[in-house]
Amino acid sequence: MNINFQSEIPIYLQIARQLEESILTGIYPEETQVPSTTELSTGLQINPATVLKGMNQLVADGIIYKKRGVGMFVSTGAMGKIRQARQSEFYDNYVLPLLKEAQRLGITAQELSDMLKKGETGK
Amino acid sequence: MSIQCEHLTKRFGSVAAVDDASVTLEREKIYGLLGRNGAGKSTLMGLLTDRIRPTAGTMTIDGKPLRDNVSRVYMMSEEPLYPESYKVRDLFRWTGEFYGGFDHVLAQRLCNEFNLDTKKKAAALSTGYRTIYKIIIALCVDADYIFLDEPVLGMDAGHREIFYKALLETYMARPRTFVVSTHLIEEVAGIIEDVIIIDQGKLLQTESVENLLHSGYNITGAIDAVDDYCRDQELIGYDIIGGIKTASILGKAENVPNGLTVTPLDLQKLFIRMTEHKEGTRYE
Repeated sequence: MNINFQSEIPIYLQIARQLEESILTGIYPEETQVPSTTELSTGLQINPATVLKGMNQLVADGIIYKKRGVGMFVSTGAMGKIRQARQSEFYDNYVLPLLKEAQRLGITAQELSDMLKKGETGK
Repeated sequence: MSIQCEHLTKRFGSVAAVDDASVTLEREKIYGLLGRNGAGKSTLMGLLTDRIRPTAGTMTIDGKPLRDNVSRVYMMSEEPLYPESYKVRDLFRWTGEFYGGFDHVLAQRLCNEFNLDTKKKAAALSTGYRTIYKIIIALCVDADYIFLDEPVLGMDAGHREIFYKALLETYMARPRTFVVSTHLIEEVAGIIEDVIIIDQGKLLQTESVENLLHSGYNITGAIDAVDDYCRDQELIGYDIIGGIKTASILGKAENVPNGLTVTPLDLQKLFIRMTEHKEGTRYE
């Protein structure tokens, strides 16, 4: 995990996003334990209140849940939920910035479409 | 549960090192105390730990006079608090006896991590290790409010990292209040929860880091364009590099014209701009 202090995304959200990322890539499979607040706080050198805020966000979203006295675990169905959320953000996070930059550089819609095809087929 | 100080002033001759400062230090929080050289950080910490007597003002801890409860506060500073002709391990023991508690397990572990020989006399240690033994005492002493004045001065990057980790670990294991003054702002930006900014003896701001960073934004572009945009904005400060101006502004970015870029504030830049004494850039 890597925290970017220059980012406009608050640190607690960065922590939540990166835990989601790790769940999505299968580093923390469903029903396994995620790192503790203590571990993340000392590892990332981030105030535990901030880490906890990020964790609580994931609890509220149903991505992880608390097992009393044991720790935080990945919920069943978490992967699907994260993927769904990411898909609905795809337009805002990727397509719009892509169009904006293309416009700035004077790339036409046709050229952009050709690039997408090239990216997909490798030609 | 807190330390409260009201209208605290300390004059040295005609100079007010701390000038009418009122602040509340809540329990179990990590604060960053930020200020330029000579801003009054050390004096403020000295006052809050009863090492320096105030010219005026009151200080209480949980509503009782601070002076009657000095064993609940501890300050680590560059100037030695101890007779340095003694061995480090004896200094550990005595601190524990005076304050009524000392985490000898953590102390031993940190001595190993830092590679500090506790059989040595404090005076025989190098500058870096004199800082280290004082840090270990500050992290292991059983006091409710720990003040660390420039704790990482003269420490290398590896040792600083051991310190930051140990600070967080002991804070989580036994939550208490830490007030850390440092010039290495970027290194502590994630560790501190609230920030206290002092400038020329006056407290400018006491705020959570998150709120502070979200209280404004930076705007970058050609000097004229930025000046135009800033005309009816609340300016914190600015810098100019190679004809490109970056201004820090309070509030939310709205109707930003093309050609100007909005970026988030970062603690170090914000601090510099708030405490820079350029015409018209003073943060009030």
